[in-house]
Amino acid sequence: MTAHPAPDVTELSDDTLVEMQRRMLRIRRFDERASKMVKRGAIPGTVHTSIGQEAQVVGACMALGDQDYMTGNHRSHGHPIGKGAPLGPLMAELVGKSGGVCQGKGGSLHLSNFEVGSLGESGIVGGSIPIAVGAGLSAKVLDNGRVALAFFGDGAANQGNLYEGLNMSGVWKLPVIFLCENNQYALSTPAHTVTSGVIADRAAGFGIPGVRVEDGQDVLAVYTAVNAAVRRARSGEGPSLVEIVTYRYNEHSEGLKLGVDYRNADEKAEWVAKDPIVLFRAELIRRGILTDESADALEAEVLKEVDEAVAFTDASPYPELSVAFDDLYTDSVYVTRHFNGSPYGTLEAAR
Amino acid sequence: MTVMSYLGAIGAAQKEAMVADDRVVIIGEDVEANVYGTTGGAGKSRAVEGDFTQQFGRNRIRNTPISEEVIVGAAIGAAMTGLRPIVDLSYSSFLYMAMDQFVNQAAKNRYMFGGQASIPVVFRSAMFYGLNTGAHHSDRPYPMYMNVPGLKVITPAYPSDAKGLLRSAVDSDDPVLIFEACILWGSKEDVDENEYFTPLGVGRTIREGSDATIIAVSGAVPEAVAAADALAQEGISVEVFDPRTLVPLDVEGVLTAAAKTGKVVVADPAHQTCGAAAEISALISEHVFDSLRAPVRRVTTPDMQIPFSPALERQLYPNRTRIADAVRAQLGVTAPSATAGV
Repeated sequence: MTAHPAPDVTELSDDTLVEMQRRMLRIRRFDERASKMVKRGAIPGTVHTSIGQEAQVVGACMALGDQDYMTGNHRSHGHPIGKGAPLGPLMAELVGKSGGVCQGKGGSLHLSNFEVGSLGESGIVGGSIPIAVGAGLSAKVLDNGRVALAFFGDGAANQGNLYEGLNMSGVWKLPVIFLCENNQYALSTPAHTVTSGVIADRAAGFGIPGVRVEDGQDVLAVYTAVNAAVRRARSGEGPSLVEIVTYRYNEHSEGLKLGVDYRNADEKAEWVAKDPIVLFRAELIRRGILTDESADALEAEVLKEVDEAVAFTDASPYPELSVAFDDLYTDSVYVTRHFNGSPYGTLEAAR
Repeated sequence: MTVMSYLGAIGAAQKEAMVADDRVVIIGEDVEANVYGTTGGAGKSRAVEGDFTQQFGRNRIRNTPISEEVIVGAAIGAAMTGLRPIVDLSYSSFLYMAMDQFVNQAAKNRYMFGGQASIPVVFRSAMFYGLNTGAHHSDRPYPMYMNVPGLKVITPAYPSDAKGLLRSAVDSDDPVLIFEACILWGSKEDVDENEYFTPLGVGRTIREGSDATIIAVSGAVPEAVAAADALAQEGISVEVFDPRTLVPLDVEGVLTAAAKTGKVVVADPAHQTCGAAAEISALISEHVFDSLRAPVRRVTTPDMQIPFSPALERQLYPNRTRIADAVRAQLGVTAPSATAGV
């Protein structure tokens, strides 16, 4: 398999740079719409938005090749979008429609899209880190040139499985990128109050590179750091830990109302002032890649894509009841034996 | 046919699977040094062929750090992306270190991703009960995993089943947990040295009988057979049925064996509450109640932790004496003095 070309940041084509902005916009508008839909009850349950973290998501995803793997967490709408997935099946999944990427069985917390290498989100903080290590292991054993990237937050950085994963992939030189999305809060808990030392520095204990990107709102800075880790992984040198400092604008989850103001307005304003999408739009215009008009047109195109994703969702039926009994196993022995045509119950009765 | 030990049969199945498919890898603590005897040639062949590390190389024989959570999770991730790992977790009580990966990832990923993932991975572990290893090494935890939809759970009791079921487990595209009772590792049987596959979900009638039925699980199976032998001396004819796999469970086989005599004893080395015996008993009571001539009786390990001292441990598990006594109780007979305490 040919390796992803992984151009240096200075060699990115104009089209790629515009695509970065497009994907950041997709994440922003998709999650803004999802937030509204939660609030008016159109999306059941809740969602965790990536609004404010778009540069960190897209910079990392675009350093990966189409064939590369990634795993996510509860805040992972942005990851498949960042990897180029179409929006319709993602939105349909949030609503629980049959056209959803997981046929409505995963929802916001368990989005996955294997077509773009997204091996799934875990609703358990840190739970998908070992999965990414395993994807790296298969890439290494099968020698297929792929790499695996685990997205996790500053909260998951204190889960033990991260260190088991760093150690195993370090000693086996697995092509894994451990990407810490440090949005500085684990729900309401400030990372600095529960984190001893610097997350990126922990890599040193495993003899692997640890990089902290202070300006995680700069998509090119993120791309540069992750690209270096991807190149290293692909060349057989092993894993890296990349910590990206970023900020989520919304509450931990939509609709959550806490009595405690754990983030003050000044802090939020500071981060909004360096909004990744606003900054990169200006950069693209400064470089003469976009004009005000074409930048506006791009934004309109993305809004239209989100409208279309909602229309796709509306047109998609809810899944048949029998879907609840599909896909537990690859064979049907179990369900058949327990529920179908047997003296001990029927599928109908099981409902 | 050749005489194989249970452990030898596991090793033979692993070797067959490694040879048959390059995607099969073995992952676990101490697998490189063949500490437990399942990753190397047995007897003379070991000297000739060397261990698996020499035969298949370190790329496919992955000696791991002691990190159960990432061992299990990485095996799941590798299975989702093209490998077919066999994971050796040594002791069954080590599985708890990776409970999140078993319950939230292995069992759920295919389902909650709408069928996008298949997870062809086998997790082997041994239950060292009855060997004076104390409370941390003596667990029989398979019922916990029966309670997790999405996992397959198998408990072979004989070398021939260990070999055939393990091959089927490796071929399964779903996660399979195989629980090996360590007390069975040394048991021997004539085993077909050629490849064969024993299907999951099909039990085995070990012994035909007409007066009572024993449904026995894992290490309780040979004890049930010994009890049946003793009872035969008393003129009591006992059917012994081994489901062999608990998920999928051969419900038809269990119900048929139970209904045949209507007097049923379920022998299961797990704890009593919510054990395999509890599920089997409930199925029998629900579905063939009219065929029963006495309430189903369980012989299990009491809901008690396992003490170290042999004086304390031995009596706790279902043994031939307790199983035979349970059958006699079902039939309303008492043990003749000559065979009491077999």
